[in-house]
Amino acid sequence: MDSTVTAGSEENVWGGGNRPLNASYGKLMMWFFLVSDALTFSGFLASYGFSRFKFIETWPIADEVFTHVPFFHGNFPMYYVAFMTFILIMSSVTMVLAVDAGHRMMKNRVILYMFLTIIGGAIFVGSQAWEWATFITGDYGAVETKGGRILQFVKADTGERAALADFAKTLPSERQELERNDGLWFNQGASLPSYSLKEVTEGLKANPNILIRTETITETGEKTLLTREESLSKIKDGALVVEGANLVRNEYGSRLFADFFFFITGFHGFHVFSGVIINIIIFFNVILGTYEKRGHYEMVEKVGLYWHFVDLVWVFVFTFFYLV
Amino acid sequence: MSTIAEAQVAHHADDHADDHDHHHHKETFITKYIFSQDHKMISKQYLITGLIMGFIGIAMSLLFRMQLAWPGESFPIFEAVLGRWAPDGVMDADVYLALVTIHGTIMVFFVLTAGLSGTFSNLLIPLQIGARDMASGFLNMLSYWMFFLSSVIMVISLFVEAGPAAAGWTIYPPLSALPMAQPGSGMGMTLWLVSMAVFIASSLLGSLNYIVTVINLRTKGMSMTRLPLTIWAFLVTAIIGVISFPVLLSAALLLIMDRSFGTSFFLSDIFIQGEVLHYQGGSPVLFEHLFWFLGHPEVYIVILPAMGMVSEVMSVNARKPIFGYRAMIASILAIAFLSTIVWGHHMFISGMNPFLGSVFTFTTLLIAIPSAVKAFNWITTLWKGNLQLNAGMLFSIGMVSTFITGGLTGIILGDSTLDINVHDTYFVVAHFHLVMGISALYGLFAGVYHWFPKMFQGRMMNKNLSYIHFWVTAVGSYGIFFPMHFVGMAGVPRRYYENTAFPMFDELTDVQVLMTVFALITAAAQLVFAYNFVRSIFYGKRGPQNPWNATTLEWTAPQEHFHGNWAGAIPHVHRWPYDYSKTYENGEYIIEGQDFVPQTLPLQEDEEELHH
Repeated sequence: MDSTVTAGSEENVWGGGNRPLNASYGKLMMWFFLVSDALTFSGFLASYGFSRFKFIETWPIADEVFTHVPFFHGNFPMYYVAFMTFILIMSSVTMVLAVDAGHRMMKNRVILYMFLTIIGGAIFVGSQAWEWATFITGDYGAVETKGGRILQFVKADTGERAALADFAKTLPSERQELERNDGLWFNQGASLPSYSLKEVTEGLKANPNILIRTETITETGEKTLLTREESLSKIKDGALVVEGANLVRNEYGSRLFADFFFFITGFHGFHVFSGVIINIIIFFNVILGTYEKRGHYEMVEKVGLYWHFVDLVWVFVFTFFYLV
Repeated sequence: MSTIAEAQVAHHADDHADDHDHHHHKETFITKYIFSQDHKMISKQYLITGLIMGFIGIAMSLLFRMQLAWPGESFPIFEAVLGRWAPDGVMDADVYLALVTIHGTIMVFFVLTAGLSGTFSNLLIPLQIGARDMASGFLNMLSYWMFFLSSVIMVISLFVEAGPAAAGWTIYPPLSALPMAQPGSGMGMTLWLVSMAVFIASSLLGSLNYIVTVINLRTKGMSMTRLPLTIWAFLVTAIIGVISFPVLLSAALLLIMDRSFGTSFFLSDIFIQGEVLHYQGGSPVLFEHLFWFLGHPEVYIVILPAMGMVSEVMSVNARKPIFGYRAMIASILAIAFLSTIVWGHHMFISGMNPFLGSVFTFTTLLIAIPSAVKAFNWITTLWKGNLQLNAGMLFSIGMVSTFITGGLTGIILGDSTLDINVHDTYFVVAHFHLVMGISALYGLFAGVYHWFPKMFQGRMMNKNLSYIHFWVTAVGSYGIFFPMHFVGMAGVPRRYYENTAFPMFDELTDVQVLMTVFALITAAAQLVFAYNFVRSIFYGKRGPQNPWNATTLEWTAPQEHFHGNWAGAIPHVHRWPYDYSKTYENGEYIIEGQDFVPQTLPLQEDEEELHH
């Protein structure tokens, strides 16, 4: 070992002096920060796995939840999130090109590729916001039972999901909507769903083509479809109508599904958002020539590391949330 | 302004091998004493903040120890300190829980994590590896001030109306997740979480700095196997901090979501006052997993720096090389690795699958091996040494003693079949106080006594007062925690406000009184330390530059402090740090009349390098 070498060991990089790993301290710090951040995400993903495994028999099927594409109507499972993922990965590619151009001190190319990276990140964050909005709005609506389970509706002839609007009856409502300026004292109530439980129940009774499906997943990997009689008796368990999703309840199924969706994609989205902001700062520094004067583009490399990390985390989120 | 200073630090750091003149730049009071970026000042800031928090933590333990010894009795001191929470001087049950919680939090995080590793990593890493400062002085300053902020928030939480957090330092939900669960679950708990979030950020910034400084800024010749064991311990401590604290952050963030935004990550099926809460599907056991994934490595974050310092102080004062230098490094690494796969032993009674319990038992008992390697290496370092029994050395020996005593009960608690019988009793309290609380505090004291001259411009602490401090503390802390094992074996549960409702514990009351009396005496001895510490800062006798005749680099730096540590070039290193009492074959010391060889001395002609 080097302990027996005397004079020679001082030439050895491991014998001390600067940069034994040939990396500056800033770059090393970024690496260790990413290790720590990776463990935060691991904590979340492990919690997600723990909770999902606990409800493995009733967990919502992602293919049935994420089916929307902006400006198009129809059932396109995973198309849009695949597009988002592609954009994010491409932004990592442009980041690599920016770092490479930085190594070669080509300022204009760094500017171009940083710009493309920022655009990619912005598209991703925007898509994420759209995805959240769609998820929060919901599309079909469901009924929650007294036990907190979700009942969804299906058209018997086509097997397609039925939205509440497709079959719920409109009953005369005696509820008077008051506005803030109607009284001295005003308390904001929770927003009402479009249909009351009674309207949904009546609609179900009146429409023989509608069946209920429960959260439970069958052996073939689909949700359990009840018969007409079972549906009519099951609806009696109903407690309230759920449309869309919030942190407390959602129309897709298990509450933890939406909780983890919001939390993990939100935490990741916050990382992407911060990344875009940091990239913008670096972008302007590049334009101003800060790194040209400094003689190296290491800052671009450091934010590049962060950007790739955020990208890599998304690959895991995408895999565990959407694919499996 | 800060960017200029940062650039200067970076300049020093980058060019530290060059023989450039070091110029003093003008420093104002604020840049020198408050927002200092000098690692020596930051280390003093950490130490003093940590000690103040320590005194708060110890004072709390005295209050609840008095309640345990004389349950329900009225004390004027309770009324004076606790006010409304001690009507007629009788301690309220809620505040008892709050005191226990905050005592644990303060001692574990604020004293033994930040106060111990923050202080000595900052002081010793640059000085012992031969660097002008930490890699990033600015982040280092930020790290301290975030620690300070989190301390302030934690102290503020003591003064909110419903009282501070009272769910235990492990803050298990639902007690911590439902603001209406108990008085301390409201604002107090929120402040606790905010404080800890800031603390985690501070710890991350600190750890990143320690790691990259050790890796990147070592002086010429300072290979990894020539690092003092202190540096190895600080490096590995920082690494496990970087790995485990973020998981606590995950848990805290999810808990905040549950508390304030209605998610159900840790909560399910809860009735409060006849009302069904909406939470559904979550699991408090999930929180336990996340918490203990931090919580267990955390105890090694606490004890490893103490172990490193004890190794160093012991070798210096035994005038012998540390026994098994590489085995010491390997055992630090092994302990760090194992610490991340044993968390389940805190959860044996959480309904865990018995098979999983046996896996955790296995991994837990494996830790006994590297721990025993360390214990035996310390003992063999002492063997036939020329022992210099100064205070640092005494505390180091004391640390080995308490580590062994506490470690032995760890074998019992690590075994699921045995643990189930004593889980959540005073046996556990006795175990972890000895093995990580007292041991780490002894490491802290050893470090303070040993490196005090380095911290305060060559001033030494008073020797006689330090002896009083050591002997009273050593006898007193065994007096507190040794009987506690028997109380635990008898089944007395921890965290209970009083045990008067259980007739079978009546005959243990005398033991409780004994422990409390010892606690009061031991705490009084800490006042001696405080007096000695403060007095020596101002009036301590100035010692020589190298008061303990140590080989390491920090003693080659001049006594007076300036940013950059060494006035001229940074010394180069030519040998490992433990060449004590080394002789030529003919029995002569390497340097005539001197039983130690500084690391800076090149290997002599017919000297053989030790194959450590």
